[in-house]
Amino acid sequence: MVERIEKDLARFKNIVKGKIRQNLKKYMSTGEMIGKKGKDLVSIPMPQIEIPHFKFDEKKGKGVGQGDGDVGDPIGSDPDEGSGKAGDQEGQHTIEVELTIEELAEIMGEELELPRIKPKGTSRIDTEKHKYSGISTAGPDSLRHFKRTFKEALKRQISLGNYNKDNPVIIPVKPDTRYRTWKQVIKQETNAVVIFMMDVSGSMEEQQKEVVRIETFWIDTWLQAHYKNLKTRYIVHDTVAKEVDRETFFKLKESGGTIISSAYRLCADMIKTEYNPDEWNIYPFHFSDGDNWSDRDNQECMNILEKELLPFVNVFCYGQVESRYGSGRFLREIEKVFKEDERLITSQIENKEAILKSIKDFLGKGK
Amino acid sequence: MTKPTGLTPELESQRKKIEKYAHDFGLDFFEVIFEVLDFETINEIASYGGFPTRYPHWRFGMEYDRLSKSYSYGLHKIYEMVINTDPCYAYLLAENHLVDQKLVMAHVYGHCDFFKNNYWFSKTDRKMMDKMANHSTKVRKYIERYGEDSVENFLDTCLSLENLIDYYSPFITRIKERERSSLRHELPEELVVDDFKIKSKPYMDKYINPKEYVEKKRLEKEKEKEQNKKFPPEPQRDVLHFLIQNAPLEDWEASILSIVRDESYYFAPQGQTKIMNEGWASYWHSTIMTQKAVDGSEIIDFADHHSGTLATSPGSLNPYKLGIELYRDIEDRWNKGKFGKEYDECDNYAEKRKWDKNLGEGRKKIFEVRKVHNDITFIDEFLTEDFCHQHKMFIYAYNRYKGVYEITDKKFSEVKRQLLFNLTNFGQPIIYVEDGNFENKGELLLYHKHEGVDLKTDYAKDTLENLFKIWKRPTNIKTFVDQEPKILRYDGQTHSSKSMK
Repeated sequence: MVERIEKDLARFKNIVKGKIRQNLKKYMSTGEMIGKKGKDLVSIPMPQIEIPHFKFDEKKGKGVGQGDGDVGDPIGSDPDEGSGKAGDQEGQHTIEVELTIEELAEIMGEELELPRIKPKGTSRIDTEKHKYSGISTAGPDSLRHFKRTFKEALKRQISLGNYNKDNPVIIPVKPDTRYRTWKQVIKQETNAVVIFMMDVSGSMEEQQKEVVRIETFWIDTWLQAHYKNLKTRYIVHDTVAKEVDRETFFKLKESGGTIISSAYRLCADMIKTEYNPDEWNIYPFHFSDGDNWSDRDNQECMNILEKELLPFVNVFCYGQVESRYGSGRFLREIEKVFKEDERLITSQIENKEAILKSIKDFLGKGK
Repeated sequence: MTKPTGLTPELESQRKKIEKYAHDFGLDFFEVIFEVLDFETINEIASYGGFPTRYPHWRFGMEYDRLSKSYSYGLHKIYEMVINTDPCYAYLLAENHLVDQKLVMAHVYGHCDFFKNNYWFSKTDRKMMDKMANHSTKVRKYIERYGEDSVENFLDTCLSLENLIDYYSPFITRIKERERSSLRHELPEELVVDDFKIKSKPYMDKYINPKEYVEKKRLEKEKEKEQNKKFPPEPQRDVLHFLIQNAPLEDWEASILSIVRDESYYFAPQGQTKIMNEGWASYWHSTIMTQKAVDGSEIIDFADHHSGTLATSPGSLNPYKLGIELYRDIEDRWNKGKFGKEYDECDNYAEKRKWDKNLGEGRKKIFEVRKVHNDITFIDEFLTEDFCHQHKMFIYAYNRYKGVYEITDKKFSEVKRQLLFNLTNFGQPIIYVEDGNFENKGELLLYHKHEGVDLKTDYAKDTLENLFKIWKRPTNIKTFVDQEPKILRYDGQTHSSKSMK
């Protein structure tokens, strides 16, 4: 029986992934992928395919409901099912649930088929940890192991022959006492820092920033699942760059021109002073609409990348968000110079739908 | 997977008790076989619509994906499932608490009584387990022979049309066998002179073959001839039947289309009686539990679960809730005699409220109701104005300007009308085959009986494409778009629409 449903399930998943039956793709409902509300609260994608039928246009029909309210009051959520469709299962919803970051990353990894990240280099930070896994005959009372002490006393009494089955009284004496003791465990820890840079010049509109916001959230989630000590830094730039906190990073609306090298310079300095590449896995991400001030600055960017960033980072990711105003030139420039370089990944994000693909571009190499 | 197991001794003893209570209350059911399943298996069986063996299809996988995801995120779980067969099969979820299992068993006996006694289920195949398994074997055979993709593709096409059946046809024979002359049929051949006359002596002729009678017969015959020119003679609701009979299909294709049609008919009564069936089962789990089966220590859990089942939300009517409340309302009215001419004509509100003739007919009445009604007649007959106000029912519609659904009406007559409309044909458009030789070019013409709500156009177009795959000639549907009569057409390459004057 199980085999059967697994076959049907695999078939469905393959359709969703677009591997087979492309003709069904258009009936797939694109559940909103993300909606982070508060901590760790997201919506789970639940792709559904609806075979077309002759059916009513719901927006032109009426339904019957029940509850408080007067004529003209909105009924809150969309009705998932009109009362008439009594025969059906309940409708499709994107359901919001609470998940931990780990679960989320797992789902994401599964959906996007992301490889696990291989931290670079051999040198890692060794940390000592204490694990209470041993037993000893000496120690402080606060660590007394009651069960083992009892056992010892029992053993002693049995071997001495003063254990009475009918009146099983066990009296531990001092030598019976056992204590928990710790062992030193050396744990290798890997540290990582992700540096998000965003262009907040006049040409980046709310829409573009939304795309960046969503994408950084997922990248952050993915990296967090792989690195215990993940630090996140945020840099915004127009003609000058500055470091900001997370809140500001997403809210800030600057205007004016764009000098990308300012951000790269700040990022390079940050790495140089704070994150020794031998100890840290470094992930700079830069999002922009690709409109830079001048060709000379483009050249400057390439220089910084070449000399001060790429040698030290795991991978440098550049995401270009499509915008009405941006020329998108920067992407072409950067690709021209670093075409064959594996340390740099670029991705073009046309709209919200392209986020998934772009995340895959960035993280799909397992670096 | 764990193998389905029977009941534990503890559950079995509870089952016996509950079965007895159900019996004592007058419920009448087929034997019920309970099986205890873990959540994976119950999700799996639920994905197959309750049957352990169905033909392979991705939509079952999709359903399973949905059920298991929502189960593992703790959003939804299936407590029970019961299948309309003889004997009835019912599945219990292994990790449920005892009180839940008791409630579910009581609920299941309610369903089984309904399956056995409700008229709309009287024509369903009670051996459907076997039939589904046979369907599965057939489809697998076709897959082996014709390949997975082509069979699945064709199944999708058929499923796109699965709602085009005639829900009342198990009860009324609408499609007549091609009639031969009744005279010929009934009389030995040597007695028949021509189509209308019986052989007779000349002096007896006007008595044996009265003029009016012959004339009538002749007219009937002509009418029939006239009708036979049309194809089908009358608009036909059972579109699938028409296609199986007349579309140029390979044998295996016709067989798959029949399978889809059979299963559609099997599930139809469950859709036709959702409110009644769930209401009835809820009425009985509540009655059996609160009056007999529940233990004092379980009462909070019972109340919690029961109220969860009956919870309402503004955007939808909960069939469990609506059903149970209507049964209770009917029981109360028939207990107190709150019906009939005298009651209806009384316009003193206070008096009406106090009305009690001590009839005590309530229980008897609801048993009668569960026997003969379906959701439509149930609502039509028993939804009263008082009930509608008491339960705060309203109509909502989509407000295009605000982009939200909002309450548009609370008037009883409107609410009832709307509810009945939504229930008619399961809230799906009523569609006939009007002409199988449209414009004398062998095209297919369907007719959508428009009752105020348009078809969803993009879906209609795609469905026409699927029809084309079966009919192999251009397909058309007559409908209204924004109050304008139109014919939507698909000719194999392009869609077009034409206004009708």
